[in-house]
Amino acid sequence: MSTRAVSVVRLVQQRSFLVLIALLVALAGLIEIIRPGAVNAHWVSNILEFAAPLGILAAGQTLVVITGGIDLSVANVATAAAYIMASQAPFGVTRSIVAGLLVGVAVGFVNGIGVGVFRVQPLIMTLAMGLVVTGSLNVYSQAAVRSVPGVPAVIHTLGSGTVLGYVPVSLFLWALLGAALIIGLRSTGFGRLLYAVGDNIEATRLAGVRGWQVLLANYAACGFLSAVAGLVLSGTVNAADLSLATVLLLPSVAAVVIGGTSIFGGSGSYSGTIVGALILTVLNSVLTLLDVPDAVKQVLYGAIIVVLAAAYTRVLGHE
Amino acid sequence: MLEASGLAKNFGPVVALRSADLRVRGGEIHALMGANGAGKSTLVKILTGALTADGGAISLGGRPRSFRSTSEARKAGLICVYQDPSLLPDLTVLQNLKLMATPISRFRHYLAELGLDGFDLQTMPRELPRPTLSLLDLARALAIEPQLLLLDEITASLPADLTVRVFNVARQLRAEGRSVIFISHRLAEVAALCDRATVLRDGRTVGVVEPAQGGEERIVKLMLGPVADEVAAEAASPSAPATGGVAVEVRNLKAGTLNGVSFTLRFGEVLGVAALEGQGQEELFDCLAGVRRPESGQIVVGDKGSSFRHPADAIRAGLVLIPADRLQALLRQRPVRENIALPLVSRISRWGPINLRREKRSVEKAVKRLQIDTRVQSEVRRLSGGNQQKVGIARWLVGGFKTLLCFDPTRGIDIGTKRQIYGLIKELAANGSAVLLFTSELPEIQLACSRVIVLFGGALVDEMPAAEADEKALLRAAHGLPSEADPDAQEGA
Amino acid sequence: MEATVAAERPRLDRVRFGRALRRFGWTIAVYALFATVMVVTIAIKPDYGSFEWNTLTLAALPLAFAAAAQTMVVLGGGIDLSVGALMALANVLALRAMLGHDLNYALVVALIVLVEVTLAGALNGAIIVLTRVPDIVITLATSFIWAGLALLVLAKPTPGIPLDFQNLAQGSTFSPWVPNALLLLLVIPAVWIPLRRSRAGLAIYAIGSDRNAAFRSGVNLALSRILAYAVGGFFAACGGLALSMTTGVGTPLAGTYYTLSAVSAIVLGGVSLAGGRGGMLGPVAAAYILSLIPAVLIYLGIDPNYGQMIQGVLIVLVVMIGGVGALLRRA
Repeated sequence: MSTRAVSVVRLVQQRSFLVLIALLVALAGLIEIIRPGAVNAHWVSNILEFAAPLGILAAGQTLVVITGGIDLSVANVATAAAYIMASQAPFGVTRSIVAGLLVGVAVGFVNGIGVGVFRVQPLIMTLAMGLVVTGSLNVYSQAAVRSVPGVPAVIHTLGSGTVLGYVPVSLFLWALLGAALIIGLRSTGFGRLLYAVGDNIEATRLAGVRGWQVLLANYAACGFLSAVAGLVLSGTVNAADLSLATVLLLPSVAAVVIGGTSIFGGSGSYSGTIVGALILTVLNSVLTLLDVPDAVKQVLYGAIIVVLAAAYTRVLGHE
Repeated sequence: MLEASGLAKNFGPVVALRSADLRVRGGEIHALMGANGAGKSTLVKILTGALTADGGAISLGGRPRSFRSTSEARKAGLICVYQDPSLLPDLTVLQNLKLMATPISRFRHYLAELGLDGFDLQTMPRELPRPTLSLLDLARALAIEPQLLLLDEITASLPADLTVRVFNVARQLRAEGRSVIFISHRLAEVAALCDRATVLRDGRTVGVVEPAQGGEERIVKLMLGPVADEVAAEAASPSAPATGGVAVEVRNLKAGTLNGVSFTLRFGEVLGVAALEGQGQEELFDCLAGVRRPESGQIVVGDKGSSFRHPADAIRAGLVLIPADRLQALLRQRPVRENIALPLVSRISRWGPINLRREKRSVEKAVKRLQIDTRVQSEVRRLSGGNQQKVGIARWLVGGFKTLLCFDPTRGIDIGTKRQIYGLIKELAANGSAVLLFTSELPEIQLACSRVIVLFGGALVDEMPAAEADEKALLRAAHGLPSEADPDAQEGA
Repeated sequence: MEATVAAERPRLDRVRFGRALRRFGWTIAVYALFATVMVVTIAIKPDYGSFEWNTLTLAALPLAFAAAAQTMVVLGGGIDLSVGALMALANVLALRAMLGHDLNYALVVALIVLVEVTLAGALNGAIIVLTRVPDIVITLATSFIWAGLALLVLAKPTPGIPLDFQNLAQGSTFSPWVPNALLLLLVIPAVWIPLRRSRAGLAIYAIGSDRNAAFRSGVNLALSRILAYAVGGFFAACGGLALSMTTGVGTPLAGTYYTLSAVSAIVLGGVSLAGGRGGMLGPVAAAYILSLIPAVLIYLGIDPNYGQMIQGVLIVLVVMIGGVGALLRRA
């Protein structure tokens, strides 16, 4: 009796992933109907290029949400990483990239200490760190950098270059990170512990897990991924200004939620988030094609998140 | 006055109530009895409108009724006082009263009757001790002058003198022609207070007894069902006495209620801990498992004193805990397999790739050994209570341990699974592990243990071999009475 | 006999005093912090006068309302990430309708805007109750919706709030030290005090404090939750109108700052994010502290960009101190 119930639920879970894919295809179909011939290799290439930074940013967010938290500093970190990378570019490309990534890891580390060791609610901790990062960045830009720094060629290629004419370079990086995350979440001890901590941190304690270590490492990983997303994004738009990634904060959470990761933690996957990021990007493309004003775009964006989240909650019956 | 028949309730795959009947007369104190998991609390929730039944009928004063909410039941004169007080911790007592539109003068009147005259209503429940909260909750219920008052294990957290006050109030209601449903584990209380008792087992009403006329024996028989016979059968062959070396030595341990307890646990034995609620057994188990730090005293494992700062330390020393609340230890949304394999990845050195094939093999072995009735991919929340508890135990078969600390491992579990779990515990001991077992169901001690220690008021008051530890002997000791005392004296108290 | 009564009384008073200190300690500390920051400000800028005070009250007014809005929702056990967007919506609705009209017309518009945005807040709550999706996800999503609507109403920042309407907040009718912007704050107690004393208000505390116990006490969980969001929406509307009065401009993109700072203000103001604990006094004072920081930096000749940084560090410190305090109390 219970095994049948279980298999039905699993079917729905699997199907919910298929539903997302179907939604994605339907949106692409919609574009094709609106403007026949629009969906071509070039369009796909464009979508992937724009989805990559969001997808990588949402990767960090996925990790944090799986542990039952939320990271509201991802966009600030991405912006700061890109800006510092660009401002350090005159001192050598390697040094600048390392500096950018270090910013991400350092901020994530502090977030992890707050959440893991001091048990500060993730929402507050990351909100506050976001303020600290943005404030510091503003100060830094006024004190140390006179002009808006340019993006080094390597990063520009990473963000907007293509191979064989159509395959974006950033796709390789995204695919690499994505594969590592999907496999890592499924079959490493650390991945297991992320789900375990998100499901019931008290139970993991009884099983001998020191939760703060897991959370610390996880927020640092999220900071790292946010920094990577920031670098890629600065390459895509070929600029690194002080509000580079701000617009991606809410979509990063939305992609995770649409992708079926429970905001309460303990379940979810990065593959869902990938599809979520793609859906948001394609949706954007549809609305742009329809010449919908930005305002309406936002409203539809919000409405779709509500509908998808409601559908999940109904189907999977979280209480 | 109240008549309920054939009430049934399912929670997903779990059947909480099969067919419960209950008839309460006006001017009666009626006991509702049953082992843990028999369906008492579900029945109470249905009666008070907190849950709706899947089947069956309720009538009140001859008219069929079904309540959709607690406030509806309240209007009909039906109110329940729960074991955990339902006052809101962050509102003052006065605000709490206002929230339920409770008449204040009558509340004060009943408060005085319960011995709390002159109570400051500006206090916040968060700042009050639990027994006081129970009395406040009771007075709040009384103030609306209910026709039928349900007391759900309210005496469990009350000291003896306050219990007497509650009894007096209940008798007063009876004298006024109103009815009380009294739920308690304590046979002595039921015998002293109640006119009749309805006994539930496995979600069914199995009998109605008059406890005052020597009905306790029958109640126990009805409550336990087949287990009672099993106790008799198994008591003849209790576990062999321990011959192994010392697994854990506890020296003068103090923590919270626990006030200086010393004993030795040997490999190869199942040491039972018998105690009424809140005599220090929680603290004892928590200290041994590294969940809490003792205030003083020593825990000696092997030949060196240990101080556990985290459960990880205790686990490294071979001590693992099976808590009573299964869900406290389990990951509800995760598959059985990940739950069982959790100890394998707990250390930072195991954060890397998992050998999935080897893990699968050892998990499946544990699942087979415990006869967990499921596929390892199902989420734990979809399992029955018994299977969940088995998953909690299977985890340590995989993770490895030397000493198993079982805190009430069979709470709310059906009899068949209970037998399996006790069988496994005995088998583990026979294979050389040490087991410390607390169970709130005293008759079950003889099912598994070779030796019993009894805690009362935070101290170790008695120790006996399992053969002598029948329910009567344990009850006496657990109440802090010397073993020579006349058993009837305390039953009537 | 009388002697014992006389001896009892001071002891009881001490008990009450201790209790009040425990219960309102945080709020008192927040006001002490505010006073300290004010004293430091005056020490730095000896010519601190009614003008500066006026400026501060103007800057703090919208944030104080935002904090009140967030407080309502958080007390009920939720969180509203759309507070800023609701404020922006109220702000641009007001501008659009008031443009080129007189005070009476503007007042009627203000009333309608209050009703509309209160309903929007209630809609937040209703969606959460109906879909059972966590508050944070729904309000995040609706923040897109309200912000989008705000952009639809007004595409770019536009001045044109009637001067008479602006003067309701600007200037000081009674005394230069009691600016109108301070008086407008009285809207908060006017709504809050009766609500807090009513059963409906207690029910909001109840669902935030312990949902199970609230249910057993016969509280209607769904309605109470919607009410919390609706009152939150009302305060957000006040915040939006305050923004119109203090700046004279309709700004469709004003939201994000207020959402984040409102969360900062309630944390600093001693409202537990877990719900059920806290009041209005703390968050309002916290809004003033947060508004004062950039001003102090300017007086000190420091880059005001440090302001955000300081705000962030302040919140982290406050929360960590709270966490350590809770740990010590438990031990």
